[in-house]
Amino acid sequence: MNNKIKRILPQLLTILFVVLVFGFFTINAQVNMDNRGIDFGFGFLSQEASFDMQFTLLDYDGQDSYLWAYVVALLNTLLVSFLGIIFCTILGVIIGVARLSQNFLIKNSAAWYVEFFRNIPLLLQIFFWYYAALRALPLPENAQPWFGVTYMTIKGYYIPSMIWENLNVFMSCLIAAIVAIIFIRVYARKIQEREGKQLPVLYISLALITILPLLSFLIGGVTLDFEMPVLKQLAQTSFIFEGGIALPPELIALVLALSLYTSTFVAECVRAGIQGISKGQKEAAASVGLTPNQILKLVIMPQALRIIIPPTTNQYLNLTKNSSLAAAIAYPDLVLVFAGTALMQTGKAIEIVGITMLTYLSISLAIAALMNWYNKRIEIKEK
Amino acid sequence: MNLSLNRIKSQNQMTNIYIGSALLILSILDVFLNSFFRINISGFLPGNLSIFFPLILGFLGLSYLRTEYSGYKFLDSLNKNINTTNFNAFLTLFITFAILKAFPPALSWMVLDANISGDTKEACTGTGACWTYIKVWFKRFMYGMYPNELHWRINSAFLLVIGLGFVGYFFKENLKKYLALYYVVIYPIIAFLIIYYLISGGAFGLVWVETGAWGGLSLTFIVSFFCLIFCFPLGMILALGRRSNLPAIRYISVGYIEFWRGVPLITVLFMSSVMFPMFLPQDFFMDKLVRVIIAITLFEAAYCAEVIRGGLQALPRGQYDAAKSLGMGYWKMHIFVILPQALKLVIPGIANTFLALVKDTPLIFVVGLAEIAGMLALAKTNPKWLGFAMEGYIFAAIIFWIICYAMSKYSYNLEEKYKTER
Repeated sequence: MNNKIKRILPQLLTILFVVLVFGFFTINAQVNMDNRGIDFGFGFLSQEASFDMQFTLLDYDGQDSYLWAYVVALLNTLLVSFLGIIFCTILGVIIGVARLSQNFLIKNSAAWYVEFFRNIPLLLQIFFWYYAALRALPLPENAQPWFGVTYMTIKGYYIPSMIWENLNVFMSCLIAAIVAIIFIRVYARKIQEREGKQLPVLYISLALITILPLLSFLIGGVTLDFEMPVLKQLAQTSFIFEGGIALPPELIALVLALSLYTSTFVAECVRAGIQGISKGQKEAAASVGLTPNQILKLVIMPQALRIIIPPTTNQYLNLTKNSSLAAAIAYPDLVLVFAGTALMQTGKAIEIVGITMLTYLSISLAIAALMNWYNKRIEIKEK
Repeated sequence: MNLSLNRIKSQNQMTNIYIGSALLILSILDVFLNSFFRINISGFLPGNLSIFFPLILGFLGLSYLRTEYSGYKFLDSLNKNINTTNFNAFLTLFITFAILKAFPPALSWMVLDANISGDTKEACTGTGACWTYIKVWFKRFMYGMYPNELHWRINSAFLLVIGLGFVGYFFKENLKKYLALYYVVIYPIIAFLIIYYLISGGAFGLVWVETGAWGGLSLTFIVSFFCLIFCFPLGMILALGRRSNLPAIRYISVGYIEFWRGVPLITVLFMSSVMFPMFLPQDFFMDKLVRVIIAITLFEAAYCAEVIRGGLQALPRGQYDAAKSLGMGYWKMHIFVILPQALKLVIPGIANTFLALVKDTPLIFVVGLAEIAGMLALAKTNPKWLGFAMEGYIFAAIIFWIICYAMSKYSYNLEEKYKTER
């Protein structure tokens, strides 16, 4: 009896506390909203947004609804995160491996790179790239082409855009190639398990993924044209580039800062992962007669990846959350567009901040769930 | 027979070493003279080749130098450390040349061509950095809009708080058991009172300074300090809650932790500035700084809780069992047996959380608090001082880098220390 009370009483008190806090907030919110003449509801989502965005992936103008503005802004956030993740992975792996190099200079420069970029607040890095470094770029009329066709200017990075004909044929070829590669991998594994033979999977895959899309150009009637950015004079001293794709400086600054900053953490994960494999594994693999390449591919990497991937995913998640710093340099991401402009216009503080937080929360939880599933899958199954 | 073979080999080796070092020195000299004195000794070569000339030269030199054993200590360590394979040699040269090339421009921008004298923008005549700007704005970057003649209050408050932090070291042996009590309960309260009365004033004959005037680096310290001391107890409760075997408490703790860990700090700050006032009673006014500190505390507490949970999980089960077998209840067991051990384990982790917290504080700029990033934005748009964004951000970056680097080294040392003690 006494025990039961001991178990139930604290729980009841905690629940009561939480309910009271929430109740207090709800009542206050109701009173406040009544006083200011705001009503709670999500009806505003279908109203006309009537603000513009500088940079969008989908078609958007001021006449679209708040809901559409939300979707477009979310896509901008995802674009930054996606680009950041790609670059930080590439950089992080290179730096992480370089930290384990036997070369004194490489090892130390990699270590200093990590110490340098990790210890400066991300916001300052973003500001540095945006307000200081990218402002030193030339004006459009003075810009020298990079790689012949792209222009890095103070107003952004101009790259040629692709104009496809019969894009769907090309895409289906690509998908077919990927499906075929997956099948071949499964088949090769079966063959290896049954007969011990190894198929040259990598070469077959490479061949498939180049030849099939190439065939679509030759036979499928796919054509690809490039639209080049061209310098155009607007007034006496005002020039812009027209045509092609313009990547705004905000995007460049953000992706640069995010990937440089996060790559240091990824590098540490990679280093820890590779160092976490005991030397015995390598020696055992060598004594079985595997070649160095095979050792890396079949013994070291599968085990190192098991250590590397979970913390790295965490870093990707951090990068996605940090991409909300975009609001500080006016890149139209979810926080700036939705929790900034839309909130100013509608005054629906609770709904809008709530939606924004829930969006990030669901991204985080989704990735965390995926991670748990992956961890379960790759777990070493001890007998 | 054997001896003569050795000699022949070594003769060959000697020539190789001479050729190799000559080529290597020549290549480094080329880059060095080029970048420091603008003398181009390979200028006679056609355009592109002249850029790659030192690389090719150095590469050949290193490959001549590469031997298994030469007998010269310096050469052997060189070979072992930076010249093991062709690829390594190439990377070595690449990095050396990149540093040699980048050093002179950076040096001349930061020091040789820079200006620091004078009080106005006109004093900056050089092509380098304008440190005059930093000099003039230094007080603003450090103290925000806090009145100049009252800066001693901020300084003395910080000194007092830091001094009180070290008091624990001088505790006598018989007082040591109260150490945790002092740091977790008494110290935060005293520190809060000191900062509140000394910096904001309004009592003891001190002039009231509203929080809107606080700013600069001192605000960074104030915010991160308060968030740390408040988030620690909250995190401890949440960590215990997450490990509790009472389902309601556990689920509420898990929900809290996962919620705050799932959202970016910037949305939390937005929440504190626009959504939070809606949740407070009508006539109740809460200062923006206080709201921000509460928001960051709630946010950091979730991270803190995870760190402390790690410490709790790292304790062997035997500790729990032993405490229980002595007839200790839940609270007695945790206060006297579990937490003292667990908290010692998590000190490095807490230091890391604090590091992250300090790095996150510039974000309060987004809700309009003029922390150092905010002061920089203000100074940058001042019509008298346009165009010095680079200097400002480099200055702030250097300051933050020093603070964070020192902290990360410290927490690393702590980690090493506690690793060996166990």
